[in-house]
Amino acid sequence: MSDLFEEPETGVNAPEFTVTEISGAVKRTIEGSFSRVRVRGEVGRVSKPRSGHLYLDLKDDRSVLSGIIWKGVASKLQTLPEEGMEVIATGKLTTFGGQSKYQMVIEDIAPAGMGALMAMLEKRKALLASEGLFAPERKKPLPYLPEVIGVVTSPSGAVIRDILHRLRDRFPRKVLIWPVAVQGAKCAPEVVNAINGFNAMTPGGALPRPDLLIVARGGGSIEDLWGFNEESVARAAADSEIPLISAVGHETDTTLIDFVSDRRAPTPTAAAEHAVPVRLELLNWVSEQDARLTRALTQAVSQRGQRLRDVARALPKPEALIETASQRLDVATARLDPALRQTVQVKRIALEQRSAPLKGGALMQRVRHEQDRLKVLSGRAAPGLSRSVQQKRQSLDQRIARLRIPVLIQDIERKKEKLNTISRRFSLQGKTQLSKWEAKLDAVTRMHQTLGYKETLKRGYAVVHSDDQVITSKSAAEKATALEIEFHDGRVAFAEEKTKTAAKSVKKPTKPPEQGSLF
Amino acid sequence: MSEKAVEEMSFEEAMAALEGVVGQLERGDVPLDQSITLYERGAELKKRCEAKLKEAEEKVHAITLGEGGQPTGTKPVEGL
Repeated sequence: MSDLFEEPETGVNAPEFTVTEISGAVKRTIEGSFSRVRVRGEVGRVSKPRSGHLYLDLKDDRSVLSGIIWKGVASKLQTLPEEGMEVIATGKLTTFGGQSKYQMVIEDIAPAGMGALMAMLEKRKALLASEGLFAPERKKPLPYLPEVIGVVTSPSGAVIRDILHRLRDRFPRKVLIWPVAVQGAKCAPEVVNAINGFNAMTPGGALPRPDLLIVARGGGSIEDLWGFNEESVARAAADSEIPLISAVGHETDTTLIDFVSDRRAPTPTAAAEHAVPVRLELLNWVSEQDARLTRALTQAVSQRGQRLRDVARALPKPEALIETASQRLDVATARLDPALRQTVQVKRIALEQRSAPLKGGALMQRVRHEQDRLKVLSGRAAPGLSRSVQQKRQSLDQRIARLRIPVLIQDIERKKEKLNTISRRFSLQGKTQLSKWEAKLDAVTRMHQTLGYKETLKRGYAVVHSDDQVITSKSAAEKATALEIEFHDGRVAFAEEKTKTAAKSVKKPTKPPEQGSLF
Repeated sequence: MSEKAVEEMSFEEAMAALEGVVGQLERGDVPLDQSITLYERGAELKKRCEAKLKEAEEKVHAITLGEGGQPTGTKPVEGL
């Protein structure tokens, strides 16, 4: 301040503010003038830091207004602002001195009329559809008869009652109710939590896992139903592994969840009808099936019985089966003998044809032929032989002619003479020799007679024989069985008896009876 | 015929199987002895269906939720 006084500037006598002072003055002015305003604009960038406050821009084609929704307000909002949404924000303007900024503190924010809501809904639909979440092939079939049905709805009110009533009428089932707020800011997160919670249950766990979900709400204004248009709810329904029926509002109301649910029911009651079949009808159906079963079996049996009878009728008699064969046998039998005979005949003819060349004619002819040949040959043989003899004879004659007969005769004469001479000499010589030998023989004979034992016998000697042996000793005589004594005029035989004298007188012949040989 | 034991079939499976059996029998092109087997199976399936239909029992529970929105248990709901 002192500086200001020391160096005063001309024309400057306005009071001076500190930044804070001026900032505060501006704040007061703005807050005073705009303590409650409604601003219509498009939501620009939205950010939600961890503090829980919600920061957003409101904009139109030329200007931007920063906005802030305090945490406490944000949690109560029915519709959370989204970028691009046309909204009407209610609140007051204020400044943020720290950044030389003015901004709007929004106490309420709502889509700018139905058109804006619907436009937003269309945008979400387009987004989800582009992700394929509405595709028919994504839709899961509902179980025919669910054991446990999970219902996501308000625990009090007409909706759950309608559902339970209709289930009771059709087919009483186990029902698990997951209580949720069906409108207001809590609606969407609670519904999301419920859908996810049911899916998180494990089959056979502490809580029975439903095999079908119904997300239901009664009719209401579009704002009331808005929670079911939230993207988070639609995504949770799309992600549900358990088949899900949506039944939100009345027939004419269509919310985002209806596009992603596996089945859309126009009303909660209709949802119950989709959920379970009618038990009575099923009982009827079963008994009908039973009847059909029995009828079909009976019919099957009777049809077969009929067919059996038909077929049996069509079956030929056994005799008929063999008749033809029997007849054929007869025919064949009748043909057998002639056939055999015929065969023999044929064979015989064939044999005859074959043996014909062997018989009579040909053989005889051949023999005759050979005979003829023989005759010719033998006819040629005799002349040949005589010719040969002739030739030989001629040859012999020639040789004979060449022989010199007279020479031969002379030779023979000469040799004959020589032979005669030799014969004469030989004969002469022989005669001489012969007479010599005769003389010699006479002398020898005489000597022999002189020397022979027979001559001795004449002088009174005897020879004792036994068995053709000459007995010369006493011992031999004793051994002999018979003795024979030879005298010069004959023999006397003795048997057994032996005279000593005789034995003594017997003398040994001086010579053997045999004479020496002549030569 | 499905391999699944009849006692393990859901109502829907038993129903479909029964329908199949009846259809097969009614077509009349099944051999006779197989017909009898089929009939027996049909009777078994029918019994299963009936049992499932008799199990119709209403039991309504509401889930109780804890602080974080997690289910803590159930309580019976009556009078609805």
